[in-house]
Amino acid sequence: MPSLTHARAGAAAIAPMLVGVVPFGLVAGAAPVANGFDGWTAVGLSTVVFAGASQLAIVDVLSHGGSAVVAILAALTINLRMVLYSASLAPYLGHESTRRRLGAAYLLNDQVYALSVPRWAADDRSDGRLAFYVGAAVLLWVGWVTATIAGVVLGAAVPDSVPLDFAVPLVFFVLLVPVLVDRPSVVAAVTGGGAAVMAGEAGAGPLSMIVGAMAGIAAGSVADARRRQPASP
Amino acid sequence: MSRIWPAILISGAGTYAMRASFLAFAHRIVTVPPAVARVLRQIPPAALAAIILPALVRPQGHLDLLQPRALAGILAAFVAWRTRNVGLTLVVGMGVVAGLQAV
Repeated sequence: MPSLTHARAGAAAIAPMLVGVVPFGLVAGAAPVANGFDGWTAVGLSTVVFAGASQLAIVDVLSHGGSAVVAILAALTINLRMVLYSASLAPYLGHESTRRRLGAAYLLNDQVYALSVPRWAADDRSDGRLAFYVGAAVLLWVGWVTATIAGVVLGAAVPDSVPLDFAVPLVFFVLLVPVLVDRPSVVAAVTGGGAAVMAGEAGAGPLSMIVGAMAGIAAGSVADARRRQPASP
Repeated sequence: MSRIWPAILISGAGTYAMRASFLAFAHRIVTVPPAVARVLRQIPPAALAAIILPALVRPQGHLDLLQPRALAGILAAFVAWRTRNVGLTLVVGMGVVAGLQAV
């Protein structure tokens, strides 16, 4: 199959996700302006950082008088999950050139990651993988940046009663459903969510997501190992 | 407010480094040992749930089960599970939050 076909398949797979990305992008555009930064700052965040939750964290820290160092640490902590995603994607893309992989890395995000891995795991053919990923990621990037610009322009026009920021966890629900395929994955999710809440209650701040994810990965792996052990007599 | 550009550039560079961390060396990975693959498979459910649950039960930074987002989350989870439809999940989730805030 030509790569264009795979790229189209990627774009088609991510298109429904845009319904959730657009409200989040509006927030990413409106929040910096509402906190006294100019529109270019919002566009800079969405293109240079290109990771919504961390963009909002940077604006939040700086607008409440925090230092740039604290803002950077908060953003990088929130984005630590990208290391996990990178590790999870890498085995599937070893046949691609380094230059292409480094280009693909810039576009890495939750939605594209969550769509690509199950598809690649279900199909041994390696030729269309990167095209699928790029087709999905480019459409998402364009949607994200366009929504950010719209957020800059419309900003104040969106009533406070519309909980735009709540779009993020809701979209992730739809990404979570197809990866809950067996007992270990359910154990990983339940432990990951529960541990993230407990870490937050214990004062882990932006680190709680990573603490939760690590606990979930460990619990899911243990559950998986147990399942594989032959029953003892 | 000029502190934001250094913050943007350094956060962007750091985030890119994390995105590229393993992808940059993928050509050296000939085969992934099955034990490692089984651990990697736990990443999506664990990471997604670790983002979702705190957003539902501690939206203001402390545990609170009696607020709109917790209830909206339960309903939205059910819709996502039955339909896998992003639009429907968003309408139900955000609609319930907006509706409960209005009462």
